[in-house]
Amino acid sequence: MAKMTPNTVSARKHVDTMALVTRNLGKRKRAEWRFRAYGVAAILFGFACLLILFSDIIAKGHGAFFQTQVYVQVPLNAQRLQITDPSSTAQLAKANYDSVIEQGLIEDQMRINGAIGSTAADKRQLLNLISTGAVYTVEETLSDTPSLLNQTVGVWLVADDDVDNYVKSLGHSGEGISGRLSQQQQGWVDNWIAHEQVRQAFNTTFFTSGDSREPEQAGIRSALMGSLFMLLVTIGLSFPIGIAAAIYLEEYAPKNGLTDFIEVNINNLAAVPSIIFGLLGLAIFIGFFDMPRSIPLVGGLVLTLMTLPTIIISSRAAIKAVPPSIRDAAYGLGASKMQVVLHHVVPLAMPGMLTGAIIGFAQALGETAPLLMIGMVAFIVDVPDNLMDPSSALPVQIFLWADSPERAFVERTSAAIMVLLAFLITMNGLAVWLRHRLGRSHQ
Amino acid sequence: METPTLIIITLLCAAGAYILGRNRAANIAYRAGKKNALHSLPYYYGVLSALWCALPCLLIVLGWSVFDDVVVHAAIVNLLPESAQALPDSEIELMVNTVINLALYPNALISSNPPDYLVQAGRDYLRWQHLSQLSLSVVVLFSLGLAFSLSWLWIKPKVPARQQVERVFKWALLLCASIAIVTTVGIVLSVLFESLRFFQSVNVFDFIFGTHWSPQTALRIDQVGASGAFGAVPLFLGTLLISFIAMLVAVPAGLMSAIYLSEYASPRLRAAVKPMLEILAGIPSVVYGFFAALTVAPFIRDSGGMLGLDVSSESALAAGLVMGVMIIPFVSSLSDDVLKAVPQSLRDGSLGLGATQSETIKLVVIPAALPGIVSGVLLAASRAIGETMIVVMAAGLAAHLTANPLESVTTITVQIVTLLVGDQEFDSPKTLSAFALGLMLFSVTLVLNYIALYVVRQYREEYE
Repeated sequence: MAKMTPNTVSARKHVDTMALVTRNLGKRKRAEWRFRAYGVAAILFGFACLLILFSDIIAKGHGAFFQTQVYVQVPLNAQRLQITDPSSTAQLAKANYDSVIEQGLIEDQMRINGAIGSTAADKRQLLNLISTGAVYTVEETLSDTPSLLNQTVGVWLVADDDVDNYVKSLGHSGEGISGRLSQQQQGWVDNWIAHEQVRQAFNTTFFTSGDSREPEQAGIRSALMGSLFMLLVTIGLSFPIGIAAAIYLEEYAPKNGLTDFIEVNINNLAAVPSIIFGLLGLAIFIGFFDMPRSIPLVGGLVLTLMTLPTIIISSRAAIKAVPPSIRDAAYGLGASKMQVVLHHVVPLAMPGMLTGAIIGFAQALGETAPLLMIGMVAFIVDVPDNLMDPSSALPVQIFLWADSPERAFVERTSAAIMVLLAFLITMNGLAVWLRHRLGRSHQ
Repeated sequence: METPTLIIITLLCAAGAYILGRNRAANIAYRAGKKNALHSLPYYYGVLSALWCALPCLLIVLGWSVFDDVVVHAAIVNLLPESAQALPDSEIELMVNTVINLALYPNALISSNPPDYLVQAGRDYLRWQHLSQLSLSVVVLFSLGLAFSLSWLWIKPKVPARQQVERVFKWALLLCASIAIVTTVGIVLSVLFESLRFFQSVNVFDFIFGTHWSPQTALRIDQVGASGAFGAVPLFLGTLLISFIAMLVAVPAGLMSAIYLSEYASPRLRAAVKPMLEILAGIPSVVYGFFAALTVAPFIRDSGGMLGLDVSSESALAAGLVMGVMIIPFVSSLSDDVLKAVPQSLRDGSLGLGATQSETIKLVVIPAALPGIVSGVLLAASRAIGETMIVVMAAGLAAHLTANPLESVTTITVQIVTLLVGDQEFDSPKTLSAFALGLMLFSVTLVLNYIALYVVRQYREEYE
């Protein structure tokens, strides 16, 4: 009956509210749908960026793992080489390989082409097609088998970076990017290609040699070793110190001003920009302690200071996650504080601490800015042997190559980035795997 | 003996002391015939002996190597003739270096023939170095022997070895924990000290409020008004512009993805998507810098060119966008934490009243989590301000006073890097200005971090 009386106040209100709700429902549902879509879009945006970044770098860099080589018949003429005894290393080291390579190239083009400009400029242009590092290939061939002297041998010589670019771009799009190659030089390279004297071989130079001004001779070995030495210093110092600090703060520290001060400091240091740590290293280690520039030891010390807060914070979390019942049981059996910590808490917290530490080390491996401050931007050709040798680091090498004008360095930069990312992904994968194992052991 | 050899000998002795100490304690216990004849377990006696051996000797080696240089330096200065000693400090410094170089590399080519007294000083320097090393070896070996025999005699059943070892252990832990303080003090001192030297030659107010930045001109000493070139306002504005662009990308994207992952996504989707997003945070900034400089910047320039806009190839936009992408996971994981800390009862109450999920999030969850979100954004901003490699590679070097994101601007970090990379002497205002910029950067990020941590702490207590 009440429903039939329209003048009841409550009923009218009820009907109006329902109408309002129904009327707005579509709008609200659309708003809901839109909000969800924003969320999905945000996530997709992140994924898209990741995808673009990776595909861009792989597209730019995969070529660097292969290098163009040219097959040349080199006449190892003793007179041209200006040597008499091919078994003497002293003579081999001083021999004039450029001359025989040039002769080989000229004879080669004569065979294919029938003719070649005979001016000195033409010869130089021809020789420029081959990397200046090719002399070492010839030297190696001769020192391996000294009996080859005065014979003609076919060797695969590394091509110059411009030839490399030209051949690779021909392979990709069918249209060669000539770069600095002249019309004549392009013709020669085309001849080689037509006679199948050009091949793409795995670029071992990239992994076995140091930096170079010539892209085709540049490699990441010295930078990689520098990074490795620094990482060793960082691991050796920051892991024990970080764990010790975390143990102190979680298990020993009394609640007082000093402890609070330490905690505030650690939290702040974790958010201090990395370049500030570089300034610290420059002023303290190099300015005050007079350590040399560009050595992995100083780099490692700076990275240690930088990663310590991260490691301390994650180690504390890992120690906190150890159930108090374990400590109580150990105390109950008469263990001392140190025994409780070393025999029970630390082993249980170790996987968690390792996870945090590995993530910290991965950060340290990719860090560039503080290393620039302490002079690790030097041009380093030699592979460092120890902690006191001047060296570069992989991220710094990437930074340096990214600045180089040669086209071929773009390719090598991307390849170096791929190597760096491979290391980082391995380290992070290890951390994830450890976390997984930890999760299982706690269940 | 060389210092590394000494350290190795010390460590070997410590290992020996451990074994001897432990065996001796075990023997004492065995002879006494009682299990509880010893105060502590035998191995504590071993550890105690090892500590007794190693700690004093390592301290001696450390102290020696710190003071060695100072003493030798003073000695070389003393060797120089009176006329040379009267020279200014920098000249003496140079001479001392020459002496050391002459001594270490007698065959190296030195352009001019060095005066005889320098060669003589070099020989003396070598002799003293030898003497110093010799006496160090003697002192260390002596104290090793002393500690060895003392600790041997020290092992008695009543000695509370465990307590002593544990005390050392605790102090060692405290020492490690204090490194955080030492680092902070080191940063503050190094940056502050060099900045003060900078402010002796350049007015503080000219630095903070000046609008013209070109440090290169200060190289010429004869130039009038060199101090006018150190106005850092363009750098501050450039930093703010790029950071602002970065935040424009990172905050919406990071916040929305955090909301979706914590409020909508199923646990399985969340477990799959979150690590993927975090890859973005794990990529080194030099990689982003390369990407910004070689891919994004040319793309923006070309597409701007198609629209008829004049875009610099080092535009603030490119650096800012890429930096924003880098910070997305940072914002997202911080917001995720605070969103998860909002009690479920608040959501249930709102949903129970008939609100849709998005209304609940917008009107209940986000306001409740706002302090945490704000502090996350502040931390992200401090990251953006301190980020170096992206801007070094993709932003410009010239200081322009502009708010146009399509133009090239420079930032504090870019200037620090350009001023300090390469050879430099420590006393030119050009080099020192980098430290003053570092001081600014440190203070700003410190304040931002402090506010952020404070807000987070306040907020956490609210729901606990």
